[in-house]
Amino acid sequence: MTDTATAATTFGPMTTTRDESKARGPDEALPREPAPDEEPQRAREIVFQLSGVEVRYSGVTAVQDVNVDIAANEITAFIGPSGCGKTTVLRSLNRMHDITPGAEVLGKVTYHGEDLYGSKVDPAEVRRRIGMVFQKPNPFPKSVYDNVAYGPRINGAKRSEIGDIVEKALTQAALWDEVHGKLRKSALALSGGQQQRLCIARCLAVAPDVILMDEPCSALDPIATARIEDLMDELKNLYTIVIVTHNMQQAARVSDRTAFFTAEVDDAGHRRGRLIEYDVTETIFTTPSDPRTEGYITGRFG
Amino acid sequence: MSASAMPLTQSTRKGRRELKNAVATALIVASFVVALIPLTFILVYVVRAGMTVFGLNFLTEDLPFSNRFEGGGIYPAIVGTLVITGTATAMAVPLGILGGVYLNEYGGHGIFARLVRFLADVMTGVPSIVMGLFIYTIWVLPRKESGLSGFAGALALGCLMLPIVIRTTEEILKLVPDELREGSYALGTRKAQTIRRVVFPSAAPGIVSGALLGVARVAGETAPLLFTIGIVSAANWNVFDGPNTALPQQIYINASVFGGFDAAQNRAWGGALALILIVFLFTLVARVISAVYARRSAAV
Amino acid sequence: MATDAPALPAGLTKGKRPPGLIADRGFRILALAAGLMVLVILALIAIYTTREAWPWFSAERLGIFSDNWDPAHQHFGAGGLIYGTLLVAGVAVLLSLPISVGIALFVTDVAPERIRRPIVYTVDLLAAIPSVVYGLWALLVLAEPLASLFQTISDATASIPILSTLFANPSASGKSFMTAGIIVAIMITPIITSITREVFATVPSAQKEAALALGATRWEMIRGAVFPHSRSGMVAGTMIGLGRAMGETIAIALVIGSSPRITANIFGPGDTLASIIANQFGEASGTHRAALIGCGVVLFAITILISMAARAVVARTDRRSAGTV
Repeated sequence: MTDTATAATTFGPMTTTRDESKARGPDEALPREPAPDEEPQRAREIVFQLSGVEVRYSGVTAVQDVNVDIAANEITAFIGPSGCGKTTVLRSLNRMHDITPGAEVLGKVTYHGEDLYGSKVDPAEVRRRIGMVFQKPNPFPKSVYDNVAYGPRINGAKRSEIGDIVEKALTQAALWDEVHGKLRKSALALSGGQQQRLCIARCLAVAPDVILMDEPCSALDPIATARIEDLMDELKNLYTIVIVTHNMQQAARVSDRTAFFTAEVDDAGHRRGRLIEYDVTETIFTTPSDPRTEGYITGRFG
Repeated sequence: MSASAMPLTQSTRKGRRELKNAVATALIVASFVVALIPLTFILVYVVRAGMTVFGLNFLTEDLPFSNRFEGGGIYPAIVGTLVITGTATAMAVPLGILGGVYLNEYGGHGIFARLVRFLADVMTGVPSIVMGLFIYTIWVLPRKESGLSGFAGALALGCLMLPIVIRTTEEILKLVPDELREGSYALGTRKAQTIRRVVFPSAAPGIVSGALLGVARVAGETAPLLFTIGIVSAANWNVFDGPNTALPQQIYINASVFGGFDAAQNRAWGGALALILIVFLFTLVARVISAVYARRSAAV
Repeated sequence: MATDAPALPAGLTKGKRPPGLIADRGFRILALAAGLMVLVILALIAIYTTREAWPWFSAERLGIFSDNWDPAHQHFGAGGLIYGTLLVAGVAVLLSLPISVGIALFVTDVAPERIRRPIVYTVDLLAAIPSVVYGLWALLVLAEPLASLFQTISDATASIPILSTLFANPSASGKSFMTAGIIVAIMITPIITSITREVFATVPSAQKEAALALGATRWEMIRGAVFPHSRSGMVAGTMIGLGRAMGETIAIALVIGSSPRITANIFGPGDTLASIIANQFGEASGTHRAALIGCGVVLFAITILISMAARAVVARTDRRSAGTV
């Protein structure tokens, strides 16, 4: 635990990090001392550091050469065309690939400086700290209450605490007002947007450190999408968020940093994803350094 | 006149083609009717002939001193069928569910899982009489006379049920969407917890109904019991100790060895009615469970 | 340090691990063991039955395939029984297959949507009736009219060369290969039906609609789109039905007439591997009992070969259709 790490969690809502961080290559040294400016300015506390990450399915490379630092209390967006490996990279952050037969993660992923794929690391503990929200809302076929209580129960929370945890998680997910009267009803009876917020609440209930979101709004209508985006903005005060999205406006609206991936087809005809550019979101959307990024942003392909 | 100028009701199809189609359709419908005939006949006969002896006495009295004589009931056979099938279920269903879990949740497409899946299919095809001989050679023979018991019969029926339960469980588990498993893993749960708390509850109705169909299938089996349970004329609730009897066995004995006696024939029909009622009850419950489940998941 | 935010994570490998690690491993081993049971049981079946049947194999050697089964003189040739098993199963499949395919087509392509499920349930009821009840009905109800029907057919064909041998010497009791074949045909109909029905259901509706759109009649659509797509599935279903027919015991034991021999008279009495075990095991001892257990071994081997062949056909189809997608 470094001093900067302590500092990072001490501060409240973060206004902006954009002026603080100029385009910084992943291989450059990380800032360890606070920025010279006085006030609530602070250094980026790095949560994930990916270096030379490559993911293979049954020996075939799906994405490679990924070098990214993801900072605490920021929203980091992964964008790019279909098949560029952005979801694949996201799933390597909570070891979701462990349950896919034939998938392997190469290179190095560190989490708060610790090797995420170290031999002594328990994948269940990794996923408890690094929660995930999926593309399609996937509430369990249980009641609203039991959905949220599921994680705490499995992780050994006391019976007496669970009610509070559920209420707090639902409140945090901006769902409490809508569902507090029907906690015992089936979660499947909720609307799609409510189901997705329930999944977020379910994730919050295990008190994670990071929330990974895999195109959380792609199955939702614009109003439900807007609510989730508002929610993300609030949640980033307390959590580190990584979001994969197809929707560039969404990335521009909500994220602090953006990683642009693209896919190229190799000689054998396999699609192979690659990280093209990673920078402050504003930079990516206004003055990207790579022509491919610019092409994608301006809609020339993808 | 060109085809397009003809009214739609008038077909360009040649008469012979239409005729062939009509004949084929008639044969297809007829095949279903043909299958209905034995079904109807058997059910009507069993009910009609069975009702001549069926009644409270028939269901609650011990077997007569000799099958030649009238009177007595088949109570011991009902008891035997229930305890033997129950014991077989208690052994085969948990094991079969675990086996199905192995195939779908752990084994996947691995070489060992493929072997087990293949062998389970082969085992489903093993004739029930062979299963009876197997239990005779491995369990009854080493124990001489004391080997004949309800438990030996239950072992044979359990071996018949096991592959059925394994494969139906696997099929049902396949229907549980992977998104639910992922949702659970993403909360930091372990595989066993995910299976127990998320996968099982979603699959439970299907598994229960599959298991009940397996029970219904073996409850009517005679061949595996022929050399494993012995025979008694008074009810034996103890499945582990002493010989037993069962409905299919009593039907078989009354129809074959004593088939020349009216009393035995009637007893066989009565037993058949009781057996069919039990088997249909299991089947019906299984169907209701899966139908209700199907409607519920369709409503979502 | 402020405590509003989530507590700072301790090292991933330090501190308390999420619960359930040991239970998780235990459950995995338990599931694996359950899967292993199938292998163990099949191996034990082969070992134990073969061991008990060994005196027969070593006494008769190749004589196990002769058709002389005569317990009184200690001759135990199973040739007639194997013949009877194949004959009864063959008759059953020949009778059942067209009807099963018909019912399957009725359900998938002809019957109105509303009544399809009830039809399936009705046919499945046939599978729910216990084998001994079929035997009882065949013995006490069906045998008598069949005996007179056999006599009539036999008389009518007495002067036709091949048929006269086939239909000669009908049994007076109605117990015969044919009777057994008929009753087994009824019993395997729901099995073959459900397998062919599943295969027919996998025919892409685009193909069916394409055929109909070209002006094909329903029958032409079935012949042109449904059958070619389903051929190997139908073969596999037939083989599974065949295996079931050969293993059928009690119903056959009641109506086949217990006469182990090789004969072309399908209206005459015969015997099968399974039925002779049921009928003679009770009073058998020594080599006789070993021979009956040996019949079980032979039956086991035949049915395993058949279900392996059926699986091979299915696997080939799966691969082929997977390749075309």
